[in-house]
Amino acid sequence: MNDVAILTQAANTAGPAALDVVGVGHRYGARVALRDVCFSVRPTSFTVLLGLNGAGKSTLFSLITRLYAIRNGHIRILGHDVAREPGAALSRLGVVFQSRALDVDISVQQNLIYHAALHGIGRRQADEQIARVLTLVDLTDRRRERVSNLSGGQMRRVEIARALLHQPRLLLLDEPTVGLDIKSRADILGHVRRLLRSGIGVLWATHLIDEVGDNDDVVVLHGGCVLAKGAVSDVVAAAGTSDIGSAFTKLTQADTGAGAGA
Amino acid sequence: MTVLTDTPTGHRLTLAQYWICLCGIVWREALRFIHQRERFISALVRPLVWLFIFAAGFRQVLGVSIIPPYETYVLYEVYIAPGLIAMIQLFNGMQSSLTMVYDRETGGMRTLLVSPFPRWWLLTSKLLAGTMVSILQVYAFLLIAWFWDVEVPPVGYFLVIPALLLSGFMLGALGMLISSLIKQLENFAGVMNFVIFPMFFASSALYPLWRVKESSPFLYYVCQANPFTHVTELIRFALYGKVEWVSLAVVIGCAVVFLCSAIVAYDPSRGFLARRGGPGG
Repeated sequence: MNDVAILTQAANTAGPAALDVVGVGHRYGARVALRDVCFSVRPTSFTVLLGLNGAGKSTLFSLITRLYAIRNGHIRILGHDVAREPGAALSRLGVVFQSRALDVDISVQQNLIYHAALHGIGRRQADEQIARVLTLVDLTDRRRERVSNLSGGQMRRVEIARALLHQPRLLLLDEPTVGLDIKSRADILGHVRRLLRSGIGVLWATHLIDEVGDNDDVVVLHGGCVLAKGAVSDVVAAAGTSDIGSAFTKLTQADTGAGAGA
Repeated sequence: MTVLTDTPTGHRLTLAQYWICLCGIVWREALRFIHQRERFISALVRPLVWLFIFAAGFRQVLGVSIIPPYETYVLYEVYIAPGLIAMIQLFNGMQSSLTMVYDRETGGMRTLLVSPFPRWWLLTSKLLAGTMVSILQVYAFLLIAWFWDVEVPPVGYFLVIPALLLSGFMLGALGMLISSLIKQLENFAGVMNFVIFPMFFASSALYPLWRVKESSPFLYYVCQANPFTHVTELIRFALYGKVEWVSLAVVIGCAVVFLCSAIVAYDPSRGFLARRGGPGG
């Protein structure tokens, strides 16, 4: 049995989920953004949160990262409730937000040292971790480069490195490939998929069907509601289609039709 | 490849980690300041214009009688120097709030707020970082002013530090509170019109309050109620090795109120941020 299989088996048989979202709702004034959202991300799994623009993906990310208060439902990261134990939950979480959040005037290393400090990691340990994460994203040679000199894809990889610096157990990525060319998109997806080998759980939010792999888990979010969730093959079978793209179209159109009818 | 494991116990941050976090935030603010030379220059030019041009022009118009903490007649340039120092800190506080609005729009603020440290610690650290930068600007101004014959007793250059820390903290906290209320960067111009200008002009920064009282008793009370007046007086007295106790109490009180309000405003369960429109997506 190989390492990945052992890890996957261990993750499936013991310990809490990397992420548990239970009955989560959110509204902006009268507008409902999320309604009774429930799903889990297993450790060592790649889960795609699939939804069109405005589906509620970013709102959900803001709730998971405690940027917004959770008023309805519960969110647990490795068993730690985000509302009640934010420190414990957030220390196990790495995030890449949709909009880039790097300080472009300073170097890659300086950005990473700052992030390490935000997690209470001292300079010596930070140096070791920086070397580790830059190797993971193939940017070791750009360590002292000013961020403004990097390409869009490289900046994204720095953000992924930053999110991994404090050795999180769950990695959230909110549409990380937006605005990138095909090669950069493939590179970033490849880098993140390889992280599964380190025992990390990944939640990847996107509206791009071609980023969903055959062995991934998928959560289809539409109009703030979860329409389907599970292994890609299960979702495709339940929708009665031949592939995830058709399943997504069928599910979302049916829901829009039902909503219009109602 | 390293396989990560998770301990079943909770996560408890040590005091040393709190210190690392504070140092990191201060270091980042200092780096940002160094890389933004224009910000440093404009922060200096503003008070220097007031000192070199405005004060020189008004020297003959405005007479300053002997009032505490001065023990003799002083030049108008000497009189307005503490007000200009306070002005540097006021602008720096507002600049910090502008930066926070910008950071919020670009995502930098999110990076800060998803740290596992308590939000009050993160915001206080950010405030302290901004205050440190403002004190650097003040000393650069004092150095240039010294060549312009605006001198204070040598010990005043050291004794003013606690006053600068307090006043920088108070004005930074005000800026932080304002940043939580501003929805978009474009709205920041309103801060100039409704906060900075009224605070600066309705204070003792440019003219002694007894002169204001002579012309308008109402304006005198407005100036008395203005926290910026007390920031100016706290700095003025500290530069001469004295303490203005009322101003000290007002500055500490306002700093606590503004900081607590900002922490509440940035608290996800009670603040203003969550009530706004969603991020969309």
